[in-house]
Amino acid sequence: MSDDELIWRIAGGSGDGIDSTSQNFAKALMRSGLDVFTHRHYPSRIRGGHTYVEIRAADHEVQSRGDGYNFLLALGDSFARNPQEEAFYGNEEIKPLSENLDDMREGGVIVYDEGLLSEEDVAELDLEKRAEENDWHVYPLDLRSLAREHGREVMRNTAGVGATAALLEMDLEHIEDLMEDAMGGEVLEANLEILHEAYETVRDEYDFTHDLRAPSGEHEREQALLSGSNAIAYGAIDAGCRFIAGYPMTPWTDVFTILSQNFPDMGGIAEQVEDEIAAAALALGASHAGAKAMSGSSGGGFALMSEPLGLAEMTETPLVLVEAMRAGPSTGMPTKPEQGDLEHVLYTSQGDSSRVVFAPGNVAEAYDQTRMAFHVAYEYQIPVIVIYDQKLSGENTNVDVSFFDREPEPTLGSTLTEEELREAAHDASGKFQRFQHDVEDGVSPRSLPGQKDGRYLATGNEHSPVGHISEDPDNRVYQMERRLEKLEAIREELDEEHDSQQTYFGDETADFGIVTWGSSQGAVEEAVARLNEQGHSVKGVGVSDMMPFPEAEMTEFLESVDEAMIVEMNATAQFRGLMQKELGRYGEKLSSLLKYNGEPFEPAEIVEGYELNVDGADEEPTAQVRIEPAAGD
Amino acid sequence: MSAFNAIGEDREIDRDEFTPGVEPQPTWCPGCGDFGVLKALKQALPELGLTPDEVLTVTGIGCSGKLNSYLDTYGFHTIHGRSLPVARAAKLANDGLEVIAAGGDGDGYGIGGNHFIHTARENHDMTYIVFNNEVFGLTKGQTSPTSPKGHKSKTQPHGSAKSPLRPLSTSLNAGATYVARTAAVNPNQAKEIIKEAIEHDGFAHVDFLTQCPTWNKDARQYVPYVDVQESEDYDFDVHDRREAAEMMFETESALYEGTVLTGRYYVNEDRPSYQEEKQKLGDVPDEPLAERYFDDDYEWERSYDLLERHK
Repeated sequence: MSDDELIWRIAGGSGDGIDSTSQNFAKALMRSGLDVFTHRHYPSRIRGGHTYVEIRAADHEVQSRGDGYNFLLALGDSFARNPQEEAFYGNEEIKPLSENLDDMREGGVIVYDEGLLSEEDVAELDLEKRAEENDWHVYPLDLRSLAREHGREVMRNTAGVGATAALLEMDLEHIEDLMEDAMGGEVLEANLEILHEAYETVRDEYDFTHDLRAPSGEHEREQALLSGSNAIAYGAIDAGCRFIAGYPMTPWTDVFTILSQNFPDMGGIAEQVEDEIAAAALALGASHAGAKAMSGSSGGGFALMSEPLGLAEMTETPLVLVEAMRAGPSTGMPTKPEQGDLEHVLYTSQGDSSRVVFAPGNVAEAYDQTRMAFHVAYEYQIPVIVIYDQKLSGENTNVDVSFFDREPEPTLGSTLTEEELREAAHDASGKFQRFQHDVEDGVSPRSLPGQKDGRYLATGNEHSPVGHISEDPDNRVYQMERRLEKLEAIREELDEEHDSQQTYFGDETADFGIVTWGSSQGAVEEAVARLNEQGHSVKGVGVSDMMPFPEAEMTEFLESVDEAMIVEMNATAQFRGLMQKELGRYGEKLSSLLKYNGEPFEPAEIVEGYELNVDGADEEPTAQVRIEPAAGD
Repeated sequence: MSAFNAIGEDREIDRDEFTPGVEPQPTWCPGCGDFGVLKALKQALPELGLTPDEVLTVTGIGCSGKLNSYLDTYGFHTIHGRSLPVARAAKLANDGLEVIAAGGDGDGYGIGGNHFIHTARENHDMTYIVFNNEVFGLTKGQTSPTSPKGHKSKTQPHGSAKSPLRPLSTSLNAGATYVARTAAVNPNQAKEIIKEAIEHDGFAHVDFLTQCPTWNKDARQYVPYVDVQESEDYDFDVHDRREAAEMMFETESALYEGTVLTGRYYVNEDRPSYQEEKQKLGDVPDEPLAERYFDDDYEWERSYDLLERHK
């Protein structure tokens, strides 16, 4: 593995400030001209418990976490001790060092806090021997005392960053700037002192035995560091969404929080409500009354939204929901990523029900497809779901600032003005024909309560053109067919008027294809690039349109290859099932590479999956992945 | 110019405007108390100067849910127990609308109980009418949250072991600022209470006793009733929460013991509505959110302006 990249892992106890420290360090690396990609691993508890953040930084584009990592800053878990300091909770304290060694690359650098991780504990890990075998370069440093001396123990983070900068021969300028932005007064002073002290101590007193240095790069345009949750929230803002209702649940809470914090200043409305049924029902009520509205949740909370989702479809009320997957079933693993809710999102709700589902593959797509979700929802009066996962939600990547320099789209789609309403069809009693039978694309324009002469009844029962409850067989057929027709019209618009939302990469002429969806896309892109560099011929596609399915595009792709491997983070090959259902064949061409241990794919696992698929179907993969052969194999 | 010109429109309102002109005819059973709610609303709305286009009625499921099929306003017939969250968001999005939610005792106090408590707690400026006939009607007579203890039905053949919910005390305790009970058998009181509830700025909860001639044949059907405001036997201050609570306790006990007490029980004009509370915090716009989408001159904020903290 080449070391033209830095993959810096900071590990400690949950609540030790790992997140904020890594966020700042990632920004410093971005400001120094590098592309960055972060990966966050944390337990479902507030304080204590092993957590780490990985920052991959390179002078070239990075689309995924890397394979392993090459710099560990092990802070120890300060919450493994109680305030009396003498009592220990199990062996948590040493985990930031012990739990991370398996993924460390050859030649890697380790800094650990010898103020917190005792000599005996470290000795028990056999660190010395392992370091020798793997050419690791270990630098014990008493970060805790250093932090205490100048400020508070919690500033061990800063000491660690100072040590990192010295070992990698980085300039402190960007780090200092970011600290000055984030804090002030005595706290800032103390932190700066600690930063410099650690930097100088390491620079002056240690003999460097390692080769690893921070790469250098340059950006042509200004960059911003954003998570998938930021991108979804910002896509909603630029689509003109100004109403959000929700109930906290990891990892959806991120989007909910970002919009709740921004909406009041934008004249928008954010509501935290009693449960997820209410949340989706509120979004529906606001949308019905003429606001652009959204709600969302994660698996278990989304399950509660299945009722309002169906109501939105039947009443043809625009509704945007986001679903942030985490590992299930039930509460599953609240802070671990998985792509296991696809079928849940596609098929939940009773009856011949349909909705639109987009699964963005990275931060930029998350922004684009959220905007598209609002466009489709309000134009076609149909619920649209953006499905993503804990990985995309929390990972930060740098994006060109200019990417966001776009006009907002605050239109209510197929909604009539009062002037248009006057000309529209009404029944003999003066009720507006809200649900006409025969209209283009299946879309019958709506009115809003409070408009003159727009009265109708929106109902979850089957209904006549003005909204009266109706079980008339002819009307039922007309209404059902019209609602279903919208999906075809949406497919047509996505195909014709917009660039495909699918992302293609690799060698166009290859006869082996790798197909993936959602947040696994980045790792697959990197793997495909690597395979092609190694002399294989492989192409890939990250599929974003889950419903309506891009049938023509996928048929074309599968026709152009002899074999395809579908990569997804679940145990039941849900996307592969969708492909086969939608396309009705290709079972013999499609194999699967599945991962469901709570960790996202590393590119190397996909490379290995390809190799085993092509050459050694009988061999077991080395990583925690599973290969599911094609039908008949 | 407003995009919602029906709101605040000042003209003579014909009562017939609230009756759908073509179809449908009510499917309620002959003698059903639900006709009483419909009638009270058809009288109250024009007397309040409201036009059909500025009223949004939001209903749940069941016989009560059909209210807005027979009352010609803007209507949203939602799903089991969910009228309140839909209604309160519509009100937040367009404050100018007169929002009236309605549901049954099963719909509103059972499956929608959580929303009932929280909507009252937040004191949304809207009216909530619960058609209380102490039974599930449209699903054929099962025991409901307000059925008396011992009530026998096909699903509780040995009689219900549960004490009935006390809806008035529940909404009072949760935070409702107007709480009343009326009955279909007293149309004049019903109309007046509905008018007061609609005019009230805050969450107005009306427990509307609606006799069910089909599934509650043995029930006393709320006759004779007593209007606590008219009767000399009851003297309490509707603005005093403690006195109101005591009266409610008595009323809710008496309903199953031979006397049907009705009237207004609690009126609090001092507590600001949820909308006002949020406005004070700067959490809702001054002008209805829904208007903004029709305003070509409105300067929409962009995410681009938020990027500073990400650089």
